[in-house]
Amino acid sequence: MRLAGWGRYPSSEVRVTAIRTRDDLARTLRQANGPCIARGMGRSYGDSSLAPHVIDLRRHDHFLNFDSDRGTIRCGAGATLAALLDIVVPRGWFLPVTPGTGFVSVGGAIASDVHGKNHHRDGSFADFVESLLLMMPNGELVTCSSEENAELFHAAAGGMGLSGIIVDAVLKLRRIRSSFVDERIVKTSDLHDTLACLDEHGEATYVVAWLDANKRGAARGRALVMIGEHAQDDDFEVHRKPHARIPFDLPSMCLNSLVMRLFNALYYERIRTRMTTRRTHYEPYFYPLDRLRDWNRLYGRAGLLQHQSVVPRTSAREAIEELLSCVATSGLGSPLSVLKALGEGNQNYLSFPRAGYTLTMDFKRSDTALALMGRLDDIVLAHGGRMYLAKDACMSESTFKRSYPAWEVFQTVRERHGALGRFSSLQAQRLGL
Amino acid sequence: MASALRARLRRSKFVPDEFVPIRRLLAPCIAPRVLRDLLKFITGQHTSMQKILIIGATSAIAEATARLYARRGDTLYLVARNEERLAGIANDLAIRGAHKVETAAFDILEHERHRALLERAAETMDGIDVILVAHGILPDQAACEKDPERMRDAFEVNALGTMSLLTLVANVLEAQGSGTLAVIGSVAGDRGRKSNYVYGASKAALHTFLQGLRNRLAGQGIKVITIKPGFVDTPMTAAFEKGPLWAAPETIAAGIVNAIENGRDVVYLPWFWRLIMLVVGTIPEPLFKRLSL
Repeated sequence: MRLAGWGRYPSSEVRVTAIRTRDDLARTLRQANGPCIARGMGRSYGDSSLAPHVIDLRRHDHFLNFDSDRGTIRCGAGATLAALLDIVVPRGWFLPVTPGTGFVSVGGAIASDVHGKNHHRDGSFADFVESLLLMMPNGELVTCSSEENAELFHAAAGGMGLSGIIVDAVLKLRRIRSSFVDERIVKTSDLHDTLACLDEHGEATYVVAWLDANKRGAARGRALVMIGEHAQDDDFEVHRKPHARIPFDLPSMCLNSLVMRLFNALYYERIRTRMTTRRTHYEPYFYPLDRLRDWNRLYGRAGLLQHQSVVPRTSAREAIEELLSCVATSGLGSPLSVLKALGEGNQNYLSFPRAGYTLTMDFKRSDTALALMGRLDDIVLAHGGRMYLAKDACMSESTFKRSYPAWEVFQTVRERHGALGRFSSLQAQRLGL
Repeated sequence: MASALRARLRRSKFVPDEFVPIRRLLAPCIAPRVLRDLLKFITGQHTSMQKILIIGATSAIAEATARLYARRGDTLYLVARNEERLAGIANDLAIRGAHKVETAAFDILEHERHRALLERAAETMDGIDVILVAHGILPDQAACEKDPERMRDAFEVNALGTMSLLTLVANVLEAQGSGTLAVIGSVAGDRGRKSNYVYGASKAALHTFLQGLRNRLAGQGIKVITIKPGFVDTPMTAAFEKGPLWAAPETIAAGIVNAIENGRDVVYLPWFWRLIMLVVGTIPEPLFKRLSL
């Protein structure tokens, strides 16, 4: 059947095997003759979860154990973060790291080593994985962690599913005193102000800037910097508002530059003062877009491309200026842009985060946008940065290999464990992995 | 006075027994839904834990439904063929918040064991509020056309086995004087088509059987619900190309819980299948037989 990632570009004709148990998986792997790739919720944007043979783990989503004293939970790789939070939040626990959507699987979150608004302080998702159960191509199960089979662990965490299939994981949780978040919003006037504000609040738990990337001139880089701390009020309400769904692909002309500029200006101007404070439930705070199911359909049939890069601190300002002006000259707009500070990276071979700032921009997919992605990649590369593999749909092999120097070690580890050639995605082929 | 009575009733663990005569008396004059809500209101049961028996609990739709009940803190009794998977699901449901989860291995074709199974479930949970029958197979139509044995197998599982079980279920609910029976049929049972008429015919038999059962039990406060899902994205249909008409098991599960709560008779899930099947049903046979649906 035809399948694509969240960006709906590229799509590919694939064979899907839905598995429910470890035995299913072992049998599927033993019978597979070509390369295959594991897929969960399909929330990586590009072709990371596409291969001629896709193994669908969404139904391998059982919780195996929840230790509410120690704060650890063990579950199948297909369990979603949203389902996990439903269980742990009422008992006073939370995910120590969460990306911007609850609709990712635990396996996908580990394979992409996702990060959240607290990376500058706490690190990325895989840093809180106590242990992993991996299935190798011959059906053998291997337990690994940063102590046990560490080499395989660092290849699997952030390894885009190329080093083994994540079957189960044990996650460490974080204590909370409330399911609400105390949020402060600071309105900044330009890029300099935005970066200064991000640094100023470097001690806060959650910091992220929503950037008006469509604003040109002196106010370019103006933003709303959102700072959050878990509330302390012992209110563990797990409320949920009904979800809306985008029922069809919007005609792609609906998302034109005027609409984008207007939306961004309104979003910025809705905050009237320099600093606003409010109390928000964790769902709208961490997952604002989850309210709108299938929001990728807003981009029409063409789909969307997301460009997420990290640039080192030293030349951050110039790099971001260059990226924004490159977008401006292309004439394309980014409906949604996000800037945040990242802390030090970890030992995983292909994990994205490293010290610096990360800028994320969305574009409606078109030939112009694809060409723009290449130019943006070049700017990031020139400043010694790199692109996030979970968002990537079109990076070149040379860009990848120059910006992820540990790729050779990664390949050696894969080869040693028999994963090379057995687990592969369209992305891996494009990047020469 | 009324509140004191209500408080007393709420404290007592399980009240329906005292209400069976009242329910029987009022049933002919008050709509069952109103009566149920009234009784629930008086007894405070609208907030209390439910006891749910699920047959074929390893099916994707059944499991998604069980998760919704687990989250509400209900008691579950799960039966299916594969004991190992059943144990995994039970453990998962307990973590998700189920008050208690019991399991039992079961084969729809072992008719002689059905009675004991139902008795044990009713005994373990001390009564049954909801029975969801969700087992079934999707036979390979082409194989069924070549081999009558394959065709008969499909009927044994989907129709005969289920109807045999339902005969016992109906008696259990009748003796209990309360409860809801929800059975998963299929839109395929509404009209025979060349692409899956064996499956469709087995479900059609079930639909008619349930109609009669609903009629038989209607006066006794027992609800019989026929659930007719359309295309559902489950392992049973993994080989099919998915389009806009396909629904996730979670969507179907929410519809099932809703239908059980509201005591509906025949539910199409998602709702638009009622319209589709209405249209499909009106096509005259001379034309229909030439179509490739």
